[in-house]
Amino acid sequence: MDGPQDEFAIRVRDLVVGFGRQTVLDHLSLDVRRGEILGLVGASGGGKSVLMRTIIGLIPRRGGTIEVMGQSAGGDGRGAAMAWGILFQQGALFSSLTVRQNVQFPLRENLVLSQELMDEIAIAKLEMVGLRAEDADKYPAELSGGMTKRVALARALALDPPILFLDEPTSGLDPIAAGDFDVLIKTLQRTLELTVFMVTHDLASLTTVCDRVAALADGKIVAIGPMRELLQSEHPWVRAYFHGKRSQMLQHEMR
Amino acid sequence: MNHEPLLLATPSGDELKLRPEGPWTAANVMTLETLSRSVGGDVDRSRVVTLDMSGISALDTLGAWVLEKLSRRAASSGRSAEFVGVADHFSGLMDEVRQVNRHTPAPAPAPNPVLARLGDLGKSTVGSREDITIFLQMLGALFMAVIGVLRRPRSLRLTSLVYQLYRIGWQAIPIVALITFLIGAIIAQQGFFHFRRFGAESYTVDMVGILVLRELGVLIVAIMVAGRSGSAYTAELGSMKMREEIDALSTMGLDPVDVLILPRVAALVIALPILTFIGSIAALYGGGLVAQFYGDMGPAIYIARLHEAISVTHFEVGILKAPFMALVIGIVACSEGLRVKGSAESLGRQTTTSVVKSIFLVIVLDGLFAVFFASIGM
Repeated sequence: MDGPQDEFAIRVRDLVVGFGRQTVLDHLSLDVRRGEILGLVGASGGGKSVLMRTIIGLIPRRGGTIEVMGQSAGGDGRGAAMAWGILFQQGALFSSLTVRQNVQFPLRENLVLSQELMDEIAIAKLEMVGLRAEDADKYPAELSGGMTKRVALARALALDPPILFLDEPTSGLDPIAAGDFDVLIKTLQRTLELTVFMVTHDLASLTTVCDRVAALADGKIVAIGPMRELLQSEHPWVRAYFHGKRSQMLQHEMR
Repeated sequence: MNHEPLLLATPSGDELKLRPEGPWTAANVMTLETLSRSVGGDVDRSRVVTLDMSGISALDTLGAWVLEKLSRRAASSGRSAEFVGVADHFSGLMDEVRQVNRHTPAPAPAPNPVLARLGDLGKSTVGSREDITIFLQMLGALFMAVIGVLRRPRSLRLTSLVYQLYRIGWQAIPIVALITFLIGAIIAQQGFFHFRRFGAESYTVDMVGILVLRELGVLIVAIMVAGRSGSAYTAELGSMKMREEIDALSTMGLDPVDVLILPRVAALVIALPILTFIGSIAALYGGGLVAQFYGDMGPAIYIARLHEAISVTHFEVGILKAPFMALVIGIVACSEGLRVKGSAESLGRQTTTSVVKSIFLVIVLDGLFAVFFASIGM
């Protein structure tokens, strides 16, 4: 696995996705480098989640190719469970299982290992995402928003996948919890050498954790690069996004 | 990266040198567990254990944890263990793994099974009192809502009522008619088959008529409505509760009982007698068909016998019970819906409870009515 493939975790070429007569992604191309945190921004309903779900294989594509870790991704997402972990926006924890069982679920389904080791791994993952062993026997309904996200992250990381997809990881968290979560993602990314693909609207996350930021507008990636470069971008939508009133405060900090 | 993981153990006196090699990752977990178990005895015998990590080609949390566990086992009871040759890009992960699983929460004491059973029994006994309270509260709330509507008839949610009537009344007609038709036919067949032995075939018609009009028509229809519409009510209200729609209604100053529950229960109370009527006629029709083709009794005779056997009283007894059964089904379905908590599992549990409870109560109510009608001579 040498050569150019080795450099990229995800390569998307000429991707076309649409529903009915509407085309959401129009010949979109995007490369995610190995070991980076890529943030994806875009208008609400502009296809950010569609792009993520298409890469994962939840939405069929009309054209184009997707390569994940040098392997062409098929139409369905099966067989790829060990290649990536996904943190859904609402956590998507299985509500009939305890926290421990939620984290063990991918282990149980994909590997053959003793219950003892499985318990230890589950607790290890929970502690790595900043939860305590005491939380392991709770049910998802008993968790706060921040804890739900952490458990979902522990479950996404259960099999140590090389790629982690995050769908709005900090939405619904207070600024302190969101900041903690950003730090956690950054730490885990360094420790486990993850490639992180993150859909977010949180300007603070974009500035603090993302190595590069991609802007999605009109079904295409219109700008990609480190946050500083994006702030200089001339594209009208990107300018509106980063230079709107809400972004002004952040602008001052960057200077 | 294709080779299997290895664990080379070199004991020398009190010392043990362990050298893991190859990919120590989750994909090879079976091999890893076997390897770590196979050196367990050596580890316990040695005073000093060195783990030479330089041969590892790939490492993830699971592999790191298996090694860390070995080192903790080696380091227990005053002996020592150390990692050497940890590659730079694995050191972060190794450090992280050294922190975890350090403290085990005290396991909850296992309850005495007999006491636990007794405890469950006690809880459900107390719980049934709560069930009665909730039922009465809902009945009271509905009563107040009805009074409110009587005072200001415009406040009745007519659109909602008509829509619910369409769903639980009109759309239920085909299945209700089909099932009661079959039940009527089966009863008639059984009657002809068994009464024929002592030449009392003609009494089959009396049996079918009385049984269907007084008991079976309303009971079968009520049970079907509880299963079909009661469960739908519980699931609807439950998912609205889960998504905080009901809280949203309350904060807008609207009473969920007025907006959601009254139209639903009222629709049931209106629809169930109608469905009972349709069901009873379908059952009598089914009985008539069997009489013609199985019992050699023409339609004219069947109708004439029916005319003699049944009176309006029988019909009244059946149809009078229907609105009360509808009320019970509606109240149980709606109050169970409002008891749903956050999880999908709770929604399923309350829906099951709703159907089981309303069918049980419908049958109990039927028994009470039987006693009542007998005592007033109907």
